Amino acid sequence: MQETEATREAAQVRRNWLLSLPALCLLAAGAIGPLFIMLVYSFLTPGKYGNVEWIFSLDAWRGILFTRDIFDDTLKLADAHLTIFWRSVRLSFMTTVFTFVVGFPTAWFIATRAPRWRAFWLFLITIPFWTNLLIRTFAINQIIRNEGFLNTALIKIGVISEPLNLLYTDLAVFVGMTYVYLPLMVLPLYAAIERFDHRLLEAGYDLYASRLAVLRRIIFPTVKPGIIAGSILVFIPSLGAYVTPRILGGGRNMMIGNFIDLQFGQGRNWPLGASLSVLLLVVVTAALLIYVRFANRDGGHG
Amino acid sequence: MSSDDALIEIVDVTKAFGAGERRFLALGGVNATIRKGEFFTLLGPSGCGKTTLLRLIAGFELPSSGEIRLDGQEIGHLPPFRRPVNTVFQNYALFPHMTVAQNIAFGLEMLGKPKAEIAATVERMLTLVKMTELAGRRTDQLSGGQQQRVALARALAPQPKLLLLDEPLSALDLKLRKEMQVELKRIQHETGITFIFVTHDQEEALTMSDRIAVMSRGQILQIGTPREIYAHPTNRFVADFIGETNFLRAAVKGGRAVLGPGVELPLAAGTADGEVTLAIRPEHIRLVPEGAAGALSATVGDATYFGTDSHVHLTLADGTGIVARQQTDPEGTQGPQAGAVLGVTFPPSAVQVLED
Repeated sequence: MQETEATREAAQVRRNWLLSLPALCLLAAGAIGPLFIMLVYSFLTPGKYGNVEWIFSLDAWRGILFTRDIFDDTLKLADAHLTIFWRSVRLSFMTTVFTFVVGFPTAWFIATRAPRWRAFWLFLITIPFWTNLLIRTFAINQIIRNEGFLNTALIKIGVISEPLNLLYTDLAVFVGMTYVYLPLMVLPLYAAIERFDHRLLEAGYDLYASRLAVLRRIIFPTVKPGIIAGSILVFIPSLGAYVTPRILGGGRNMMIGNFIDLQFGQGRNWPLGASLSVLLLVVVTAALLIYVRFANRDGGHG
Repeated sequence: MSSDDALIEIVDVTKAFGAGERRFLALGGVNATIRKGEFFTLLGPSGCGKTTLLRLIAGFELPSSGEIRLDGQEIGHLPPFRRPVNTVFQNYALFPHMTVAQNIAFGLEMLGKPKAEIAATVERMLTLVKMTELAGRRTDQLSGGQQQRVALARALAPQPKLLLLDEPLSALDLKLRKEMQVELKRIQHETGITFIFVTHDQEEALTMSDRIAVMSRGQILQIGTPREIYAHPTNRFVADFIGETNFLRAAVKGGRAVLGPGVELPLAAGTADGEVTLAIRPEHIRLVPEGAAGALSATVGDATYFGTDSHVHLTLADGTGIVARQQTDPEGTQGPQAGAVLGVTFPPSAVQVLED
């Protein structure tokens, strides 16, 4: 009796696997396949007119940090690459911090409205998602360019006499990314704050905690899962951002995403593009793991 | 009006919520003085304003008018973190990301006490509430009774002048509640801290309090010891809310209340002619044979047997229904039969004249 029960269960498990096989194959081909191709290409030699030649080479990996001198063929540290990496990390970090600074009060505001109004405020937060990213980014471009709305208005009211040179700077990229990724910070924060027991605030005040102490010692630790989720959702796409730095940063203020794109276009160095992509993937995964581990260390509440 | 042993004086305090059409008066002119070391209970049905009054003393709400004085100092407009007052919340409101010990230490840390002193106080508090073994536990791993103890220890640790308890036992089951009632009295006795306790449970109020304030509709109706409140209610709501009571209407003639032919009671001097309401507890009503001197005639309805006593429902000649509580006699004699006509008497001292 027990025997047949076990066999039947095993058969059921086998059937479940068989039934999900087509979907699994599709996922494997669609998700892992391209990654695998990228990994292989990063060890090949660039072709003359793009594409690759099937000759094994570590040049693409070396090329991430070093360039070969045109004249004497020696390896030199590629300052330009480092600048791009540094700009990517710096801007992504700033974007994460700033979306938190702006997003936390916003999420708090929404979560403390009457329940029937919360849906309305959340709806407003998600409206930007309805428009194409490219169009929204061009809209910012129109606002901050020299002859744009902002400069025109400031000159008209006499605050400045010369237009501020905002477009095609790191600042423009930072502003653009903050705008684009803010909802991704607000939504997880809202979810965490909504579950926050507001009676804990009274308990804190009652026990002589000032407003700042209540924020630091009670609110932040309790909504930490939301802070972590929001930071991940903002930091990771920021690091790989392409459209925003392309339109607001111009050709000079590149981030990793644009740099990778360059390798597959004008640069005609597909292996370098592939190695950069793999590197980005590895860095993001590592950062994610460390962050989650670090965040869960003191109490895995929530 | 300040007396030496007064800790808290509540003077003409009102509290209104909302504005205009939706303005709601939660407290309408409340006065009370709470003495040092007292176990003072605010008792009343839900919505009577007892929790609002507690929150005003804690500082979570500000009074619309009136004054709250602590040791003679006006504190009514201070934020909660500037008042030497701590609260045990109804649902405990323990910090979920901290251990038991961290919860208890929180108030002391916020006051900037030295580390050694905090550790010593936490240790002492854990002993006081018998939670020493669970100091390192997270609070969501505790039972309701244990959470209650932690909430108490957390509120007592900063050694407040006054501890406020907002229906702290309402979430516990009956057995645990009885146990915590005893614990609360012990802890109050050991610490000597003044307690203000909010409850809607009259039995809890009677057994635990030094004095009780009975509240209804944003007013304090009567303040007194449990004995005073039970034996001498001054008003119909108090008489009805605390224990069981029979109400009788009586005509006033020449300073005497006339209940029926030949049944009269002397009233306080100066009572004007008219009508009064009298309150008599069921246990003070005696059943005598019909026609006995000074007895009102009554018809027996049904009787409910409770073991130690039985409740006999009677109808008086004027149609008023009353209840008499009869002790079970040692022989276990059958009580009065339904439909029988009996006489009803009560000692004049057991009758309370109520203000309407």
